[in-house]
Amino acid sequence: MKHIKTINKANLKKTAAKGGCGKCQASCQSACKTSCTVANQKCEKDA
Amino acid sequence: MIHKYKLAGYNVLLDVNSGGVHIIDDLTYDILDSVEPTFAEECPAEVLAKLSRSYPAEDIKECYEEIVSLYKDKILYSEDDYEKYALVAVASPIKAMCLHISHDCNLRCKYCFASTGDFGVGRKLMDLETAKRAIDFLIDKSGDRKFLEVDFFGGEPSMNFDVVMQTVEYARSREAETGKTFRFTTTTNGIHLTDEMIDFINKEMNNVVLSIDGRKEVNDRVRVRVDGSGSYDTITKNFKRLVDKRPKDSDWYVRGTYTKYNLDFSNDVMHLYDLGFDQISVEPVMADPKEPYAITEADLPRIFKEYEVLSEKIAKIRSEGKFINFFHFMLDLDQGPCAIKRLRGCGCGNEYCSVTPDGDIYPCHQFVGVEEYKMGNLYDGSFNLEMKDEFAKAHVYNKPECKKCWAKFYCSGGCNANNYIYQGDIHAAHKLSCQIQKKRLEVAILMKAVQLLDDAE
Repeated sequence: MKHIKTINKANLKKTAAKGGCGKCQASCQSACKTSCTVANQKCEKDA
Repeated sequence: MIHKYKLAGYNVLLDVNSGGVHIIDDLTYDILDSVEPTFAEECPAEVLAKLSRSYPAEDIKECYEEIVSLYKDKILYSEDDYEKYALVAVASPIKAMCLHISHDCNLRCKYCFASTGDFGVGRKLMDLETAKRAIDFLIDKSGDRKFLEVDFFGGEPSMNFDVVMQTVEYARSREAETGKTFRFTTTTNGIHLTDEMIDFINKEMNNVVLSIDGRKEVNDRVRVRVDGSGSYDTITKNFKRLVDKRPKDSDWYVRGTYTKYNLDFSNDVMHLYDLGFDQISVEPVMADPKEPYAITEADLPRIFKEYEVLSEKIAKIRSEGKFINFFHFMLDLDQGPCAIKRLRGCGCGNEYCSVTPDGDIYPCHQFVGVEEYKMGNLYDGSFNLEMKDEFAKAHVYNKPECKKCWAKFYCSGGCNANNYIYQGDIHAAHKLSCQIQKKRLEVAILMKAVQLLDDAE
């Protein structure tokens, strides 16, 4: 496309279908403790 | 829902519900101010008339067709169909615990949310019996979760390090029989880190968070000892020893707090980098606005600018082929957490809890001392499942401001404790946190987008 450059796979919807296993880290246990961001966590489904 | 913004010469378009990120030209940016679903096949005459003062008509039509095409492919304005997952995502097993091994501290940091270490409930160290009960409680409540996280927190955990070591030993001793794997972390101020402690931390802890605010004058203004003297000289030395000996595959961060005293905090991030620390987290202080160091609404424009400056400094370092990681700019636009994880924030009170030296259970470390949010106690066996359920349901669709916010799948409803402390309700978004969070995300998304663009070329 000439005007719109898509950057990523935009696959959030696909992750919903197979997601929710709960293996991933609790978000506040990493390096925040006061200022929560979830999107910087890793998926650990196959860990 | 879409969100678009201009930053550093780029126009960024985010499709909120698919997570799609697009770089768009000025024409697309302007058209999107005038159109929204559902779309007519051809560009509406009024849009054409309005924009033809600035752009050629053929370009407008072509751009409009691109937008419509992406809309039809459900790439733009994709539907929000996650609420059904929120409705079934109720109480979860507990998989993470903040273990308050020491409600005492050898620093008196002026902004400490834990009332300089005792959380307002008295200075006390956790005994081994309580720590063992906490481990047993976590195992008992963890259902089918294999990985269990325990963060040794304070106060200052190194003031009770014998119990830390014995607790790790006890938890490890229960791994085989229960099929669980413990992942330990700790947060330390670095004042009293012996070689023995460093070796133990580096052997046993998956992550270690090293508290330091940056430049000496910044750090020593607020991170002071009991006698009022600064901590910088001691902690930088100790943290270097720890990081130098840390296995390469283990996580660690230096973590700082910025306040109204250092709104130029990108200089503190760079100072930490120059000291040799390349895993860095620096966050805004959360405090009563009456405190002299508190960040207020008036500081936001300066803070927003500073995140932009920080991103430029980080980009420059990376352009030289060097490594630096800033925790709150970390985003994986393709392989990040699943949508279901993103419906609820940290998991506090549901997947995560805190235990105090008295064995009291709270939703998280920030709720400790808030009587109405005490969930139970390890000695009397109480545990408030109704409260757990309340936190389980504290997802973005139950938070009115979050529900309509573009950032909801990144911050996931933010910090329930900040919501409660500053807005009076765990469901009410803490506006100051939200505004900082959104700016950080905009910068982080663009940084990642630019990197992906560069990689593609």
